[in-house]
Amino acid sequence: MIIISLLSDFCLLIGGIFTLTGAVGLLRLPNFYTRLHAASVTESLAAPLLIIGIILDTGFTLDSAKLIIIIIIMVVSSPTITHALCRAAAHGGYAPDMQKKKQRQADNRAKEPK
Amino acid sequence: MIENLHLLINVFLLAFLVLIVFAAINTNNLFVATMLFGIFSFVTALLFLDLDAVDVAFTEAAVGAGFTTVLMLSALRLTGAFENVKHRQSVLGLFIVVLTGAALIYGTADFPRMGDPNSAVHLNLAPEFIQLTQEKIDIPNVVTAVLASFRGYDTFGETVVVFSAGVAVLLLLGMGQVEPKKEPEQNVVLRIVVKPIIALILIFGLYVQFHGDFGAGGGFQAGVIFASAFILYSLVFGESYTRKVIPAAILPRLAALGVLIYGVTGLASLLFDKPFLDYNALSSNPVSGQHTGILLVEAGVGLAVFATVLLIFYSFSGVNHNE
Repeated sequence: MIIISLLSDFCLLIGGIFTLTGAVGLLRLPNFYTRLHAASVTESLAAPLLIIGIILDTGFTLDSAKLIIIIIIMVVSSPTITHALCRAAAHGGYAPDMQKKKQRQADNRAKEPK
Repeated sequence: MIENLHLLINVFLLAFLVLIVFAAINTNNLFVATMLFGIFSFVTALLFLDLDAVDVAFTEAAVGAGFTTVLMLSALRLTGAFENVKHRQSVLGLFIVVLTGAALIYGTADFPRMGDPNSAVHLNLAPEFIQLTQEKIDIPNVVTAVLASFRGYDTFGETVVVFSAGVAVLLLLGMGQVEPKKEPEQNVVLRIVVKPIIALILIFGLYVQFHGDFGAGGGFQAGVIFASAFILYSLVFGESYTRKVIPAAILPRLAALGVLIYGVTGLASLLFDKPFLDYNALSSNPVSGQHTGILLVEAGVGLAVFATVLLIFYSFSGVNHNE
């Protein structure tokens, strides 16, 4: 029993950490694609982990069977949604600013004291 | 502890609503505003869920967040994504808004406290409905009993309103046509994932339709869910294929058929010398008569809503000939 309880705590903790990472990433990352990446971590990893943690904590009931179905749908659908969003952005002409990053690196290298 | 938690959740959700409204007013990108209103609907659905109004929350999530957002996005394709900014500030407008807001806030002072057992709602009609549902209709979900039987007139009116909204859009925009070339590019990931999900959505729609007597759900929600499966199909696979499955021409007929089923169910009880929409007449046993009546009426509502929603989607997303 204590193993299950520990496992549940572990899932909840990791899920919480991923939620927090996603939120920070959504606020702090520089452009659309990186922010989308951060948001998708929350959707496809943190939420299922939190639900698994709750299921382990409360024991297996009819409700947890429903929750497992929700997890399956989430795990399948949220990466797909992220993919569709990303594709739509790319088709809409929103290019990832790789150029700027290289430029930034070059600038940084130039700034470094020799 | 639980009380405080409830309060915390309510305050959080309501504050979120206010923030979303301010963000939606501030942006001049109409896509962003549409998405914000979708989020607004979802948060409202959560609030309803917190108030234990599961049926209302369900409708809000399906209609407000799902269908309205798709419609607004389709409409934006016709209008363009940015607002024409006019920096004209009207003092009169501000005055009217402040006055209306103050009047509304003043009005809330007369409200009974939330959950007050002595308020008028809880003293007169609600206990009667709860008791009569057990005695006369014998289904677990009181909301469905009230919606389909006790206030069948109102629901009939609502169904007619939905139908006439579809007819109005049809008159204004026409059915729209699909240019064969303008199909979305075939995307393998989306196609593979969406195929089984559409099947699940359709099954869920049927479940919501026929399980409305026992749990949350009913014709309105089921119609929207069923239509959303077709909308999803047309977004991913292309609208011309959807129009082969359900041609636009039969949709107005289906919507009219839904209203007709509702009306005929009402008229049938007139034949047996009972009032309009009194389902007791439909069977020798009044309780099973109520069950039959509710089933038929919900089927009519579901059909009308499904056909109207899909019709409006076709009208907005198709290429219009009378542009």
